[in-house]
Amino acid sequence: MSKVGPVTVDMADYLGVNKYAVDEGNPHIELAVDPGREEFLKLVRVCPAALYKIDAAGNQTFDFAGCLECGTCRIAAGGTVVIEWHFPGPTMGVQYRYG
Amino acid sequence: MSDFDVIVVGSGMAGPVAAYEVAKAGRSVLVVERGESCGAKNVSGGRLYTHSLRAVFPDFATDAPLERRIVRERISLLAPDAGVTLDYADERLRDVGCASYSVLRARFDPWLAARAEAAGAEYINGIAVEALLRDGPRVTGVRAGDDEITADVVILSDGVNSLLADQAVGAIRPKPATVAVGIKQVIELPAPVITDRVLVASDTEGAAWLFVGDPTKGHVGGGFVYTNRDSISLGLVVTVADLARSETPIYQMLEDFKRHPVVAPLIAGGKVVEHAGHLVPEGGFDAMPPLAGDGVVLAGDVAMMCVNIGYTVRGMDFAIAAGMHAGRAVVAALAAGDTSAAGLAGYRQALESSFVLRDLRTLRRFPDFMEHTTRLFEKYPALARDAMRELFVVDGTPIKPVRKSLLPLVKQVGVLKLGKDLWRGVRAL
Ligand SMILES: Cc1cc2nc3c(=O)[nH]c(=O)nc-3n(C[C@H](O)[C@H](O)[C@H](O)COP(=O)(O)OP(=O)(O)OC[C@H]3O[C@@H](n4cnc5c(N)ncnc54)[C@H](O)[C@@H]3O)c2cc1C
Ligand code: SF4
Repeated sequence: MSKVGPVTVDMADYLGVNKYAVDEGNPHIELAVDPGREEFLKLVRVCPAALYKIDAAGNQTFDFAGCLECGTCRIAAGGTVVIEWHFPGPTMGVQYRYG
Repeated sequence: MSDFDVIVVGSGMAGPVAAYEVAKAGRSVLVVERGESCGAKNVSGGRLYTHSLRAVFPDFATDAPLERRIVRERISLLAPDAGVTLDYADERLRDVGCASYSVLRARFDPWLAARAEAAGAEYINGIAVEALLRDGPRVTGVRAGDDEITADVVILSDGVNSLLADQAVGAIRPKPATVAVGIKQVIELPAPVITDRVLVASDTEGAAWLFVGDPTKGHVGGGFVYTNRDSISLGLVVTVADLARSETPIYQMLEDFKRHPVVAPLIAGGKVVEHAGHLVPEGGFDAMPPLAGDGVVLAGDVAMMCVNIGYTVRGMDFAIAAGMHAGRAVVAALAAGDTSAAGLAGYRQALESSFVLRDLRTLRRFPDFMEHTTRLFEKYPALARDAMRELFVVDGTPIKPVRKSLLPLVKQVGVLKLGKDLWRGVRAL
């Protein structure tokens, strides 16, 4: 499976209701420099915050700011695309108010 | 001399119960929780079966932040354009011994932590344990930020996404086939509207509703709905290995699920107030790591003590029971002066005779059954729909006898395959 079906949902609306303390300039997830397309596509499918994207020009993008700290990308592509995954620094990251 | 008798890593479900048992026995215990407040990093579906909580806190119902008592169970097979639902109501569900409640973790976890604190446990919040301290094979404490803190025993209850299990007992990160990802939204609605929509008698009662088939586009997993007091928890749980091959990303699956004709009326007019994601252990008994090492024990999700058997996910009652047994076994090992892996072996023994390892053992074939019976997710929901159409859709065309209308449907899947799946399913349970 090398493609991703149509996406109609705008995740920014949903992530916008969450409470975050973003550690600007201090990402807690690091990706390999040039991850292969197939491995990257897995992350597009599994990340529940839709932070792994392929833009119209075909570029692979990732933004750690909306991370839900689930660790799914670490499980799906640890050691290939995701080369470093640790928790955000003290008091940083998502703060669930319901959970 | 260690700084503490015991350090507990993580204050979700297992951690605070373990800390409570240790503190109650008069031992010093420190809990380190990375959430600024307990529950701030945690997500469940979630329905808490209360039997194991009652064993530790018989009075829990007086002040625990419970949402609604679940008195109605539904399971739906969803095809893209239809749903067939089994609806179960039973006065038995109101019995104290089998009571279950919906909970929201950001509310529930602080309450559980407060019980441990009241018994004498010390807490540090807002900082993660980055590494375990070791002396040869023995775990001797934790490093958090600039601090190194030592203890005779470390209880690891840091959940499914543990970055420490490897250092504790050499358990490498779970494989994609042994964990699922959960995606969940909390949708606010007035309490009486929820009560009416799920057909329960009052605003303190609620429903649990599970969905198979279209919610995951035929991939291994399902959808769930739990009613809270004035919100609905709605989401999906999908096995990571199978999801990684899906054409539809999980967040789009969730959006489509919310628009399904069976689901949409339930949440109509509601407001999304949170969007969450979390892993769920799914590998069961055969994916469990060692439960103890020298100076360390593992309790809860970190040790894969969770069962997802399609119609129900249970991890919270397992984690609470494991926390209780871990705390008690550690107290006994401290008293006996042997906190090596052998000295801590009483923990596993206690779990073997409790429901925790018995249930995990009974259900050990289920993960494999789910993974290899994709018809359950792909074909059977449409089959159920087509059968119902034969029974209920009347448009004036002369009806066919049942043997002519239903049998061909079963034949599409194959009588033998259907029988085999049924047999394997029953055996796996
Ligand atoms: C979508 C979804 C639906 C579910 N539905 C249900 C359900 O309906 N019923 C049910 O019984 N179970 C359900 N579960 C499973 C249940 O949530 C878990 O089994 C349960 O929470 C496990 O408890 P725990 O104490 O082991 O781990 P957790 O509750 O995850 O607690 C782990 C704690 O450790 C902390 N932590 C982690 N690492 C560190 C560190 N390095 N330093 C300090 N602190 C750390 C975390 O912040 C967290 O507070 C569901 C799970 C999900 C994701
Ligand atoms: S941890 Fe979860 S939310 Fe964060 S980037 Fe990875 S998959 Fe997405």
